[in-house]
Amino acid sequence: MIELLSLDFMRYALVAAVLVGLTAPAVGTFIVQRRLALLGDGIGHVALTGVALGFLTGTAPVLTAVVVAALGAVAIELVRARGRTSGDVALALLFYGGLAGGVMLIYLTPGESTASLNSYLFGAITSVTGSDLLVIAILAVLVLGVLAIFGRELFVLCQDEEVARAGGLPTRFLGLLIAVVAAVTVVVAMRAVGLLLVSALMVVPVATSQQLTRSFRATRALAMLFGVLATVGGLTSSFYLDVPSGAAIVLLALAGFAVALAIGRFVRRSRTRESTS
Amino acid sequence: MTAPVAHNMPSEGAGQAAPAPSATAFRMTAGRISLDGREILRGIDLAIEPGEVVAVLGANGSGKSTLIRALLGLIPLSGGGTELYGVPPARFREWWRIGYVPQRLSVGGGVPATVREVVASGRIARQSRLRLTSAADRAAVARALAEVGLGDRAGDPVQSLSGGQQQRVLIARALAGEPDAFVLDEPTAGVDAASQRLLADTLADLIKAGKTVLLVAHELGPLEPLITRAVVLREGCVVHDGPPPLAVGAHALPGHDHVHPHAPQAGAEALSGWSDAALGAPHREPGSLT
Repeated sequence: MIELLSLDFMRYALVAAVLVGLTAPAVGTFIVQRRLALLGDGIGHVALTGVALGFLTGTAPVLTAVVVAALGAVAIELVRARGRTSGDVALALLFYGGLAGGVMLIYLTPGESTASLNSYLFGAITSVTGSDLLVIAILAVLVLGVLAIFGRELFVLCQDEEVARAGGLPTRFLGLLIAVVAAVTVVVAMRAVGLLLVSALMVVPVATSQQLTRSFRATRALAMLFGVLATVGGLTSSFYLDVPSGAAIVLLALAGFAVALAIGRFVRRSRTRESTS
Repeated sequence: MTAPVAHNMPSEGAGQAAPAPSATAFRMTAGRISLDGREILRGIDLAIEPGEVVAVLGANGSGKSTLIRALLGLIPLSGGGTELYGVPPARFREWWRIGYVPQRLSVGGGVPATVREVVASGRIARQSRLRLTSAADRAAVARALAEVGLGDRAGDPVQSLSGGQQQRVLIARALAGEPDAFVLDEPTAGVDAASQRLLADTLADLIKAGKTVLLVAHELGPLEPLITRAVVLREGCVVHDGPPPLAVGAHALPGHDHVHPHAPQAGAEALSGWSDAALGAPHREPGSLT
């Protein structure tokens, strides 16, 4: 661990891993509760077009990715809220459009090829620089701040949108807010696990946590803990075993899910035995 | 059927702690709703005054749930208008005055939530964004849980409760907001007899406190004696608006000799209207109730 911390790029990578591990599951809890578990995947694909646009225009890919991902998230939410087109078809359209758009734009960029997209598709957390880290930190604080301020309202919205409206909540605004927050989170997590695996960090720790918890609050807190364990654990193992960090993080998270599933079964069984005896 | 019914105004109950009489709680004027080109409501005029206990009755597909959801502004009208306490829903701000109880609990994509968390979310219309949960919030939630008899289940996940218990959670959520008016969508549907009786007791307490109650039902069951006014829908039109049908239970019994001793004073035409709609014309097609 000491030699790991003595390296500048690893220090940056570890801080980024902690930030990503905290934010992705925090947003993910609301997304899963809203039954939009695949939203992160849709936004991830759209963000690829944003990354390629950054290359093409010579701006920082993270910035163009945030803008394009946020616009894509707003589009998904508007289509979903209309309720006329089925939500999953709208998501599918964005999947394909985002991926194809990204590949096309990078082809049009002189001196770049689809290989330039690899670190964004699959993550390259050890390539995080000081200025990258600053952007990631600001976005992460923004995301966690929004969740802290609007958490109570988002809970009602994600539980039952009609009840939220009958309670006088600004449901259209809140729906767009959670979509944009998810988009920002995707871009924050992009460097760690890559756009194709980003949704795993929003969904898997939540799925893991809900095997063990009874309340929403505990589910979210435990999911954030599992998220950090997965990102930091995956990063360290990728350093020592020389394996890709994104894949290591996601596989570790999935292993955690398998363990929680077994423990959850056991806990629930003994709980029902308690209450019936 | 447009005349507002003046019986059972809250002022009749002298000495009760009724909320100050104010504007009509719910009003719909010439309300029309079409969904996918099909007319669900065809010109409804309805006004519900504070303190009334109104049941909207009708067969499946008669538009009763659509009617109450439209009154809350959850479904846009294709014609006419609605008002909540004198204000159109889009400009209404006093949402804490209304407690909505949907037909069933939505379990939130499998993310656990405790009974207390769901009930506490009923305070949302009374909370401001940046303030933490107050002692008043906590006290209201505890009272609501006690009222529906779920105090000992507060820490359990709602997913682990039975259908009747989940229904009680929904009612407790509305109670926690301490509203003036309660709107309940099919509170008796798919709920066991014990939970139905508990619901009747809870509603009786609310009515005693002068609250307005608007509910939708296919059958009233133990709620029947509490209702002061029945609005019967058939095919998107109001076919009866007035005193509740007295013997719904007896009518529903098989072999009941279908006579209307109360028909002359209430208007024979209207009543034959509700009985067909409310009971799915059981005396003609005994098997068509469900």
